[in-house]
Amino acid sequence: MQYLLPSLRLWLVTFAICVVGYTALVLAFAQSVAPFQANGSIIEADGPAVGSKLIAQDFSSPRYFWPRPSAVDYDGMGAGGSNTSPTSPDLTDRAKELIARYGATADKPIPADLVAASGGGLDPHISLEGALYQADRVAAARGLPPAEVKRLIEAQAVSAAGPFAPERIVNVLELNLALDRQAQ
Amino acid sequence: MLASILTIILVVGGTALLSWPLGKYMAALFSGRFAAADRLFTAATGGAGEQDWKTYSLALIAFNVVMFGFVFLLLATQHLLPFNPDGQGVASLDLVFNTAASFTTNTNLQHYSGESTWSYLAQLGGLMWLQFVSAATGIAALAALARGIGGQASMGNFFLDVQRAAFMLLLPVAMLLACAIALAGVPMTLEGAAAVTTLEGATQTIARGPAAAFVAIKQLGTNGGGFFGPNSTHPFENPTFWSNALEIIAIILIPMACVWMFGRIIGRVKHAAVIFGVMAALLVIKLTAAVTFEAAPTQAFADLAVPQDVGNLEGKELRLGATTGPLWAVLTTATSNGSVGAMHDSLNPLTGLVPMAGMWLNETFGGVGVGMINMFLYIALAVFVAGMMVGRTPEYLGHRIEGREMRLVVLALIAHPLLILGGTALFAATPWGLDTLNNTGAHGFSEILYEFSSAAANNGSGFEGLGDNTPAWNIATGLAMLIGRYLPIIVPLAIAGSLMAKRRSAESAGTLSVEGPTFGVMLFIVILIFGALTFFPAAALGPIAEHVTLMR
Repeated sequence: MQYLLPSLRLWLVTFAICVVGYTALVLAFAQSVAPFQANGSIIEADGPAVGSKLIAQDFSSPRYFWPRPSAVDYDGMGAGGSNTSPTSPDLTDRAKELIARYGATADKPIPADLVAASGGGLDPHISLEGALYQADRVAAARGLPPAEVKRLIEAQAVSAAGPFAPERIVNVLELNLALDRQAQ
Repeated sequence: MLASILTIILVVGGTALLSWPLGKYMAALFSGRFAAADRLFTAATGGAGEQDWKTYSLALIAFNVVMFGFVFLLLATQHLLPFNPDGQGVASLDLVFNTAASFTTNTNLQHYSGESTWSYLAQLGGLMWLQFVSAATGIAALAALARGIGGQASMGNFFLDVQRAAFMLLLPVAMLLACAIALAGVPMTLEGAAAVTTLEGATQTIARGPAAAFVAIKQLGTNGGGFFGPNSTHPFENPTFWSNALEIIAIILIPMACVWMFGRIIGRVKHAAVIFGVMAALLVIKLTAAVTFEAAPTQAFADLAVPQDVGNLEGKELRLGATTGPLWAVLTTATSNGSVGAMHDSLNPLTGLVPMAGMWLNETFGGVGVGMINMFLYIALAVFVAGMMVGRTPEYLGHRIEGREMRLVVLALIAHPLLILGGTALFAATPWGLDTLNNTGAHGFSEILYEFSSAAANNGSGFEGLGDNTPAWNIATGLAMLIGRYLPIIVPLAIAGSLMAKRRSAESAGTLSVEGPTFGVMLFIVILIFGALTFFPAAALGPIAEHVTLMR
């Protein structure tokens, strides 16, 4: 009993400060300084929301660049990975389907990120190689010269963190938006 | 490889430097250097006065019972309460038990996905609150232990220590971190999910919420429970390489600083430096192993038209860079954090062994406060073994380590493998475990072994393919977490209490110095023999078997 009352008072002060006070301050900061990020980086291209800059979505038309495979089918309400061992035949089968879909061959092997699912199933990026790999298909479907599509990709590709992560990556939704703007 | 080395130097080396001033600050904080704040805290809770090991432990248990009870009620009734914009429904009682136990014990094992299970009130008012106070409980316990073996007359006051840790340490750092990652792109809103129409005309519903506040304290307090199901692989929890770097730093910052805090409170900074060195050596070994093993490409793609030159990308995020998966896996299990930056189930077999080894040892910096407490048990063991080897009475800081203390040390150390191996054996032999696997063969065994290791070590990461939201898993791991938390906190306090009751002897030339490299090597060997060897047979059945049979 001698410990219960102080424990309840400790509950009260920590709840008031670490939950109510802390949340209110962080919320006020984020909503006033960075409202775009605070609300989920939702992109509104001339009107209705088309997606989040940070969340992958399914693209299946040949006119668009396709994202990495998703173990949860790009479900924004239930993210997750395949949680499958890299030695599992399930991964081989999934990769074979994707290889068929992209038409990859031994002479034209498919970059690994396009057949490996991400941790959250919502990775918004593909590698620069993964984007260039799809350039001919997109160019043909849109009737554009391949060089122009490749120029767009180059303009969008960034390295994640300079010398710490030099590999260049491309945001799929932003690249596809840039493509659509090109067409207008 | 160069990028990996640069990344590791940046985040691990940088954090080691930061831990020095922070440890100094923490030692001052727990030595009562901020008297005005202390007066305020004492007035807020009452229950003041100096405590011995028994009363300190009782106060700790009383508050932890309140923590568990309150959050159990909140989670069980979330569907009746406000701040539930996405209309989350009733959760099963065994999941509520498991989750309340998980967050009360600083474990944050999650048998659910946050975005489809809990309301914002349950996440912030229940789980995030526990992330603050369970971390504060661990730090308070370390302060008490250090006072006891450092020769002070009392162990301090639990209610005061928790507020010092929560308000003066965790809160300000979490605030800075939350604001920084919010700028990087982590959402912070009370609005429900966003509905969008994709360029191809499909509808996508995107869960969001007050994640920035939650993610900051989950990283900082070695909690690890994510706001979203896939934790820090989710782009909303970890949007850029730089948010990733900050979150990794937050995993190890306070555990590292705890070593310096311990050294300063007992007045032996050189001893702390030896401990820090042993922990750092173990960390470097694990990092080297994990980064090397994970550079091997995905075995499943070996015979396909896929270039095998970029390492294993399954379960990894491109924006976080190639080093993040193995680096995060090592740090999150060296400490008892348990957040993930890549899916551990999809790590290469031997890479997956490294985080398991981290949880088996559980003191390579370890959980906030409790990591150093675990290390204290190994120190007592090393001192005892060294004493026996040279035929002298084992002494630690002038305290004679005798039969009574050693029995307690062994009790606390043996509970850990008993929980892990006993639980794994039971679930590997029954449908409780076998019916829940996502992978077959040796990897399936690894899923069970990992889950019990994570629960007993209060880590919280998982081989997440395991279908673990079943009554059997929820109850078994719930119990493992509770035993794995309170036994290794209360027993060391009892040991310190026992040492405090004895007269301290002066250290002489014949005493084994705990401030030199000899002691460091001794400690390192004792950890490897007692900590790692116990688990070798289980490792051979899981990850090692998978590697030798399936990897080429």
